[in-house]
Amino acid sequence: MTETAVPDVKSKKFRMVDYALIAMMILPILACIVLKVLFTPASEGVSIAGALVYFEIPAPLMNAYVSESQVNSWAVMISILGLCLYLTHGLTAKAATKRQLFAEWIVEKCEKLVHDNMGGFFAEWGPFIAAIMGLSAFSSLICLLGLFSPTGDVNVTFGWAILVFVLIMYYKFRGGLWNYFIGLFKPIPVFAPMNLIGEIATPVSMAFRHYGNILSGAVISALIGSALTGLSKNLLGWLPGVLGDMPLLRVGLPAVLSVYFDVFSGVMQAFIFAMLTMLNVAGAVPWDDWNARRKKHNKPEIQNTAA
Amino acid sequence: MLELAMGIMLGLLGLGAGCAMIAGIGPGIGEGNAVAKACEAIGRQPECKSDVTSTMIMGCAIAETTGLYGLIVAILLIFVAPGIFTGILKDAIK
Repeated sequence: MTETAVPDVKSKKFRMVDYALIAMMILPILACIVLKVLFTPASEGVSIAGALVYFEIPAPLMNAYVSESQVNSWAVMISILGLCLYLTHGLTAKAATKRQLFAEWIVEKCEKLVHDNMGGFFAEWGPFIAAIMGLSAFSSLICLLGLFSPTGDVNVTFGWAILVFVLIMYYKFRGGLWNYFIGLFKPIPVFAPMNLIGEIATPVSMAFRHYGNILSGAVISALIGSALTGLSKNLLGWLPGVLGDMPLLRVGLPAVLSVYFDVFSGVMQAFIFAMLTMLNVAGAVPWDDWNARRKKHNKPEIQNTAA
Repeated sequence: MLELAMGIMLGLLGLGAGCAMIAGIGPGIGEGNAVAKACEAIGRQPECKSDVTSTMIMGCAIAETTGLYGLIVAILLIFVAPGIFTGILKDAIK
């Protein structure tokens, strides 16, 4: 980093930029809540439905849907971008602000995680893994605000899993297409269909694991909410006026359960998705074949240091 | 006629969803075993507690996958399949 003067944290300009970045964090989420309130149809009782479809774009083969999960995941992306810009605002060579220490802590932790799990060859993968983890975690946590979490939609998690699958395939083909094709018929040719299924099973299981965990949490929350509403209608319906109509038993218990089903499960699945990405990509590289190919082209040998 | 067919179909879909959730038994036993072994390991070497715990949670989450497949089949049977099969039934009876 070049030597820069310590920014004047109290100056008006610095503060204005700060406020703009905080607005960038909060406004997209607020806009999502407003959109959801405007588009939610009035309904009675429990409703467990997928993402709301905001509007359709006519397209030749099949209409393109712009649904809640897309809008929410873009809002989450903009918020995370705002958070990153806020944390890195006013960086100096010698840490002057608390937020710089926090940002440095995140970066160090992430790079250490990547280095420990993938080895030195993949040392630059920190930003990608951090992006997957952050997007996944915040997408799951958005349901605490009453919004539909994008990870509860199988299309979103399948998109991420296909991205990871492309990366895995890229590294598997490093050893040569013919070597990869031969590898499918090992140890005996009868295993070829099973090996093929095993290749495809990786993205499918990653996508369904993440989606199933988030969706099951959402379904259980909705069921408990509706059950408590019915219970309080029967038990406390005799209370006068508005008190009788309010589902008083719904206060408290759903929040306690959501600590497990929404917070713990969401953060856990983000970590696991990132972890599986790292392990699958790092395990996909055929080092011997790749180095043999490189030797043929007179290139230096590559070694993965200390995974 | 249509009502009877619809009733039988919805009932069978419900039964199928219930049967699909038998898949929950496997991960339950497996995760119980994993946690038991983790407790033993922590008892033997208390200084490894954080490593053992993080590895155990990772393993538990992966073992949960088979149960989640069953859950997804059940959810599809309850929320998605009726819509499809109702259309097919109506066409068939017409």
